[in-house]
Amino acid sequence: MEFAELIKTAKVENVQLSCPGLPPIKGTLCITSHHLLLSSQPGGHGEQGTVELWLLIRNVDAVEKRIASSLGTITLKCKDLKVLQLEIPGMEECLNIASSTEALSSVDSVMMMYPFFYRPQSMKLKDGWQLYPLQHYYQQIASETSAWRLSCVNGDFTICSSYPLAVIVPATVDDNVLKKAARFRQGGRFPVLSYYHKKNGTVMLRSSQPLIGPNRKRCQEDELLLSAVLDGGERGFIIDTRSAQAAKQARVMGGGTEPKSSYPRWKRLHRPLERGRPLQESFIKLVEACNDTSLSMDRWLSKLESSKWLAHVKGALSTACLAAQCMEREEACILVHGAEGTDTTLLVTALAQVILDPDCRTLTGFQGLLEREWIEAGHPFHFRCAHSAYSHARLKQEAPIFLLFLDCVWQLGHQFPFSLQFNEHLLLVLFEHTYASCYGTFLCNSEKERCLCEVKEKTHSLWSWLNQPSELKKHLNPLYTYNALVIWPSVEPQSLQLWQGLFLRWIRSSQYLDEAWAEIQRLVTNCEDAPEESAGRTLCHSQPDAAYPLTITGTANEG
Amino acid sequence: MHRSTPVEQVKLIDRFSTSNKSLMGTLYLTATHLLFIDSSQKETWILHHHIAAVEKLALTTSGCPLVIQCKNFRVVHFIVPRERDCHDIYNSLLQLSKPASYDELYAFSYNPKQNESKRLQGWQLIDLAEEYKRMGVPNSNWQLSDANRDYEICDSYPRELYVPRTASKPVIVGSSKFRSKGRFPVLSYYHRDKEAAICRCSQPLSGFSARCLEDENMLHAISIANPAHHYMYVMDTRPKLNAMANRAAGKGYENEDNYANIRFQFVGIENIHVMRSSLQKLLEVSGTKALSVNSFLSGLENSGWLRHIKAVLDAAIFLAKAVAVENATVLVHCSDGWDRTSQVCSLGSLLLDAHYRTIRGFMVLIEKDWISFGHKFSDRCGQLDGDPKEISPVFTQFLEGVWHLTEQFPQAFEYNEAFLLQIHEHVHSCQFGNFLGNCQKEREELKLKEKTYSFWPFLLDEQKKYLNPLYNQDFSQKLVLLEPNTASFNFKFWRNMYHQFDRTMHPRQSVFNLIMTMSEQNKQLEKDFKELEAVSIVK
Repeated sequence: MEFAELIKTAKVENVQLSCPGLPPIKGTLCITSHHLLLSSQPGGHGEQGTVELWLLIRNVDAVEKRIASSLGTITLKCKDLKVLQLEIPGMEECLNIASSTEALSSVDSVMMMYPFFYRPQSMKLKDGWQLYPLQHYYQQIASETSAWRLSCVNGDFTICSSYPLAVIVPATVDDNVLKKAARFRQGGRFPVLSYYHKKNGTVMLRSSQPLIGPNRKRCQEDELLLSAVLDGGERGFIIDTRSAQAAKQARVMGGGTEPKSSYPRWKRLHRPLERGRPLQESFIKLVEACNDTSLSMDRWLSKLESSKWLAHVKGALSTACLAAQCMEREEACILVHGAEGTDTTLLVTALAQVILDPDCRTLTGFQGLLEREWIEAGHPFHFRCAHSAYSHARLKQEAPIFLLFLDCVWQLGHQFPFSLQFNEHLLLVLFEHTYASCYGTFLCNSEKERCLCEVKEKTHSLWSWLNQPSELKKHLNPLYTYNALVIWPSVEPQSLQLWQGLFLRWIRSSQYLDEAWAEIQRLVTNCEDAPEESAGRTLCHSQPDAAYPLTITGTANEG
Repeated sequence: MHRSTPVEQVKLIDRFSTSNKSLMGTLYLTATHLLFIDSSQKETWILHHHIAAVEKLALTTSGCPLVIQCKNFRVVHFIVPRERDCHDIYNSLLQLSKPASYDELYAFSYNPKQNESKRLQGWQLIDLAEEYKRMGVPNSNWQLSDANRDYEICDSYPRELYVPRTASKPVIVGSSKFRSKGRFPVLSYYHRDKEAAICRCSQPLSGFSARCLEDENMLHAISIANPAHHYMYVMDTRPKLNAMANRAAGKGYENEDNYANIRFQFVGIENIHVMRSSLQKLLEVSGTKALSVNSFLSGLENSGWLRHIKAVLDAAIFLAKAVAVENATVLVHCSDGWDRTSQVCSLGSLLLDAHYRTIRGFMVLIEKDWISFGHKFSDRCGQLDGDPKEISPVFTQFLEGVWHLTEQFPQAFEYNEAFLLQIHEHVHSCQFGNFLGNCQKEREELKLKEKTYSFWPFLLDEQKKYLNPLYNQDFSQKLVLLEPNTASFNFKFWRNMYHQFDRTMHPRQSVFNLIMTMSEQNKQLEKDFKELEAVSIVK
């Protein structure tokens, strides 16, 4: 395929660009293989106009056109939720620009995407790809205990196509056992270590559902693998992110959940979390409500409610707290899984780590967490983030599960404003780059696909851009101070907030809030420049024990 | 100590804890407070005046549950081991929380051991004559009227009222006779630059067709007191239907045909009864244990609370824009002109004038539009055992409107959320004289300035706690008018008000405290630096 074939009109003069909150701009619109550019009217004599718009076409989620006599209006609804309007003189030009944008934005082949063409001068291709190897994470564990080993049983991706090359497993379990256990788990996702809680040596494992099936199959190796995690008389918890009923019903399709009889030392807890289509619909409804600024209070609240988004936030945070609580308070090992083990499972394991582990709350620690628990762990970004909230295309496998994770992290940052080293801006950047990016980090669905596409050889890593000092500065939380404690959030509805910075980013002006933050930044910098040790930092302690524990036992939904 | 206490082995239950966490302790009743001391010697004090309702629930195996709801939104849930004790406490609290006369209120016994001259000075802290001078009145168009010097034409107004120079005494008297409770149109705020005014009054006694020449003249006088007097707005803050219904009772609203150059406008804020039941619904929802997000949001919607807050703010914005953008004078009224009118006039002034966004200025604003103009604090806050239908959270809504503004303009206000909460606390505490009674006349009769302390100096003494570290004076000066965005999504449930005592719901770390400390350090450093400089210059 040649991009040129898709571009019917490459350049149109006298196009007017408007977006909410800014005065409209007139200029020349150009369409290239990957970008829509609008440069304002040049001053004359071949002078270049300034570029006012530089829009990655991949970012376009929906193109809507309206033609009135000879003036066409194209509305570009972007995946980052921004909405732009172009008024294009000439019906044909308008139709051409619309159809080219549509065609270019929906190119499905990964290797045709912009990251494979993006070659910034200041960056080297190989940088950033080896920043967070699993080996490093394993070494941290190995320095504490010899109970775990790094296995390369998946070295050629044949055991599990969505796992990375190396995984961390109990030292006492050999690769043959793993191979057999993998056959008993959907997609081969046998239980592997997700997190080691240094404080008490408990671990969090994750996997996909066991293939129990209608005939109640068992797998000795899988049982062995799980019991190898528990010492002596220890008991562990399995957090299934489906309802007890859904887990049971999954048996019809060959799946299921661990029966008590075969896994006697594991206690199952069911915490149903939404995924897939309903979650995507929730996202769409919320964005729709946010975009309608004329809604009456009653309509707004009722739309906010019916979108159910905040209920999903509450669900995810509560389940992550439960996981964290099992480890921190009950001192028990846990296994988390849903069905495939690539969506809600990762949501819970990643979130629990942010809550438990201060190292995950630093900028590099958080990047490492994303690399380990989302990218390498095989969250299918390519499928899940193909379309955002505006697309008219038929939904396939889209679901904003990663966005839900970012929202939950934002809620944590909101409740513990000094405990995350990074700020809201980083979360926004991550959201944007999962949907459309010039970097390869979030491309493909798994490490296997990334290998096949040579993503790490032919594209730049988002991390190497983010970690440049000039970028880094923008993403640091000026109030951060290392907090060794567990950060238990409040999950009461009164404590959860709509993430306005994301959902209303392009809708309301945040000028006064931004100025206030700049002032905070200034105050902090002044304080830090002061010769004395800044006392302010140490005056404010978090109150972790003000949190209320969630009850683990005695709730419905138990297995 | 009250006869029924102390009672030992009482359990205090955390109302939101899922594990029924509780504290064991001893309950005491003093003349003014209920006191609970738990086993770790932590004290919980509850002022009797703060108690809105006491409820005795059905006996359980562990004892008799007693639920106390407070006007400051604290809810405490005790379990008293013996039913008899519980019953005694219940009865005592019922009595203590509903005093029959003003002299039983805390303000008359509160004694902070301050000397008399300081106490008197305290009452002089806020001077409304000063405030009108600051606004620029009296001037060539506005003057102080002595018509109400002895409360002869309106007993719920203050003695000192500012009216247009061209309004003669007969016009004033005639107009007051044509207005509900005699509350004729007077100046609430004068905008010096725009030469436009905010005036306030009660509804006219127009019925279906009654007219009053003096009232028409009064409005005309107000209109021409604005040099650019093409037209003036008359804002009826009630829903149109309510205003129309009032006509049947001989009241109503201005007929545009009878008044020269007025633009009449309804803004649709609901009455005190709707607001009371709205808050009650809100509290029912927010007090639910193990609340789901969806029940919370649908409960929030059904309560209508945020819709009412938005209506009040929208009205204030309409008012402020008319003054700042159109240079127009606006006359605001509702029915009696002491609830919705106070809300809209004070919030409108706050949008227009940066002074009211300072600590002292905010006190002045409350003193002017609420206390002096006769918002019925005693009735609305239920200070005495009276008609429960008179209770309404009108002032709370005003504070919530201000809070929403501070959220949208973090640098525009000298004061912070704690300041608003503290004012709310003491409007209900009856610890100081300021908010006792329903109007100035009543306050004078109660001899509050002789017998009680003023709240403002106490608030000012603690002002460090109430400073907003992000406050930027220039910011406020830069803007002629604060123009908040009132799209529905800007309105949030005010957790720190309605759950101020439910600490588990609060953010675990406070940006505010941190910034406060830092900004103090910065100031200290700057001071030190200047001193060092001075020393080196001397050398």
